[in-house]
Amino acid sequence: METTAPVRPSRRRNVLEHSLHGITETLEHALFAEEISARAGLFQSLDARVKVISTLALLISVSFSRSLWVIASIYLLTLLFAWTSAIPADYLIKRVWLALPFFTGLIVVPALFITPGPALFHLPLGLVITVTGVNTVLFLLLRVSTSVSLTLLLILTTPWNTVLSALSVLRLPDVLILILGMTYRYIYLLLHTANDMFLSRKSRMVGRLSTSENQRVLAAISGTLLSKSLNLSSEVYLAMQSRGFRGSSITLKPFKMKPKDWLWLFIFLAIAALAIFLGR
Amino acid sequence: MFTQSKRVKLLIIYYGALLLWLSTTAMHIPDGYLSPATCIIMFLIALPFWIIGIRKIREKLNARSVPLIALLSAFSFVIMMFNFPIPGGTTAHAIGATIAAIILGPEPATIVVSIALLIQALFFGDGGITAYGANCFNMAITVPYIAYAIYSAFSKNQALTSNRRLIGAFVGGWTGVTVAAFFAGVEFGIQPLLFKAADGTPLYAPYPLSVTIPAMIIPHALIASVAEGILAALVVAYLQRSNISVLEAAEKPAVLAEASGWQKLRALWIVLVVLIIASPLGLLAPGTAFGEWGADELASRGLGYIPAGLQKLSGLWGAPFADYNLPALGNANLGYVFSAVMGIVIIAIVAWLFTTLLTAGSGSKKSNR
Repeated sequence: METTAPVRPSRRRNVLEHSLHGITETLEHALFAEEISARAGLFQSLDARVKVISTLALLISVSFSRSLWVIASIYLLTLLFAWTSAIPADYLIKRVWLALPFFTGLIVVPALFITPGPALFHLPLGLVITVTGVNTVLFLLLRVSTSVSLTLLLILTTPWNTVLSALSVLRLPDVLILILGMTYRYIYLLLHTANDMFLSRKSRMVGRLSTSENQRVLAAISGTLLSKSLNLSSEVYLAMQSRGFRGSSITLKPFKMKPKDWLWLFIFLAIAALAIFLGR
Repeated sequence: MFTQSKRVKLLIIYYGALLLWLSTTAMHIPDGYLSPATCIIMFLIALPFWIIGIRKIREKLNARSVPLIALLSAFSFVIMMFNFPIPGGTTAHAIGATIAAIILGPEPATIVVSIALLIQALFFGDGGITAYGANCFNMAITVPYIAYAIYSAFSKNQALTSNRRLIGAFVGGWTGVTVAAFFAGVEFGIQPLLFKAADGTPLYAPYPLSVTIPAMIIPHALIASVAEGILAALVVAYLQRSNISVLEAAEKPAVLAEASGWQKLRALWIVLVVLIIASPLGLLAPGTAFGEWGADELASRGLGYIPAGLQKLSGLWGAPFADYNLPALGNANLGYVFSAVMGIVIIAIVAWLFTTLLTAGSGSKKSNR
């Protein structure tokens, strides 16, 4: 289920165009991400470890909370922090709320009617909206939107390599850090390659393909992509080996906690603790 | 509030709507659908598989593995972006876990897909962070292991270019994703059962098992699983024509391992399955087994009183599936079978964890797997 603005809009379109569109949007999003983390804002100036730990703490507090007001307050705080971090005011809201009603919202609408409890509204056709139903829907929607916004806030304001360094400080195994860093880089290489393959296929095409032809084209592109990945990995490995790689790596961790970082770490953890306490 | 038939009609309309929307998704669970307790349990269940995966990568592939895993994770991520056309005019997207399992084996495939899922969760909000353990269990663990087992069974002594591999890939992919959908449905469905506010409001996912399990299985079995299966079969076919050595990579060790492991245990598995299906027969027998009486039964059996200690402790543990029944399923027999399956799964996991911990480092590895 998608909780950010859809990368795959479900319109009646040629499958190749569909995938092409999706891939291009991904590229745009990635560029955007790097751009925001270069701006001057509150979150951009904080130590990455503080951000990772605070995001986790707040996510956990949202998950534990049994009070709608607490979750709603954390959501508003997230928007406030986003605003002070040079993220355009409507960006977070649009990314979440343009997609949320169509996935989570639609799935959870029947709960309005079938959750047993005191009635709130009476609709025609004998349908009754219950208080408990409304509560359930609000809980789910608020939890999902807050969690997604928190994660987006972290990712938009921190370059990916910095996030990885912070994770390695938090004792994630080094081999995973290495793999995650390389995966990020190669996703964009493979996306470009796939984009080119789709474009070249589409530019040789007049009219539409049948379903089975479409499937075969996609499978061929996937297969080629797989072969390229495997070949590329051999070449990359040889290149790394010839530069001294022997299986393990050292991650640079140029982190120094400034008094400002300690202050904000304390503030975020206090908010999370308060949220868990108030919403228990 | 509602008559039974009205409820049924509503649920049918709801399934229809769900089918439409779920048909374009794989089953990434966002944050907020699962309670913290469920999330923690799923992380704990996924942890041993991650550990095995990393260990297997280190022992089999050592330094070479890093770029390979990274590239295959990137590949899996990109695959999840392709919209795969399905007969009927809709599209679905596959997970790519089946292909990863066929080429690398299930343990490394777990790591490959887990990494792709992590990046999706962080960058695209596709799947939550607290729900990451559950998502990995569903998509990165269930699919590769099941798909690989089925694919190996089909392709055991077959030539690399045989058609049975294609069928094996399709059936493996289809079964893997459908079972994963079942697990996701279970994870959703137990939420309202176990996590409610004081007034009965479900705090997380609001639908009971009787709704979530069909709602997850039907669209996936009809659409997403088919996409995964077809894609796996087509990629295997493409590789058979263009780059057959890739299929060999996981091939040889698999044949050796299968021959030694499965044959002996197969009879046991068959007996186990028959027993599970026949378990509702137990409901027919009247009375309670010797020594398993509840506190009140004890008094009426001629004891005349309830021992104080027994009375104090008898209410201590409120079992989630009391009396092996699941009221939400609405059918005692089904509840019984379900409890049997769950019980076996939990016991199997605990037993396996134990043996792995005990035999870790004993150095007795079969063949060159």
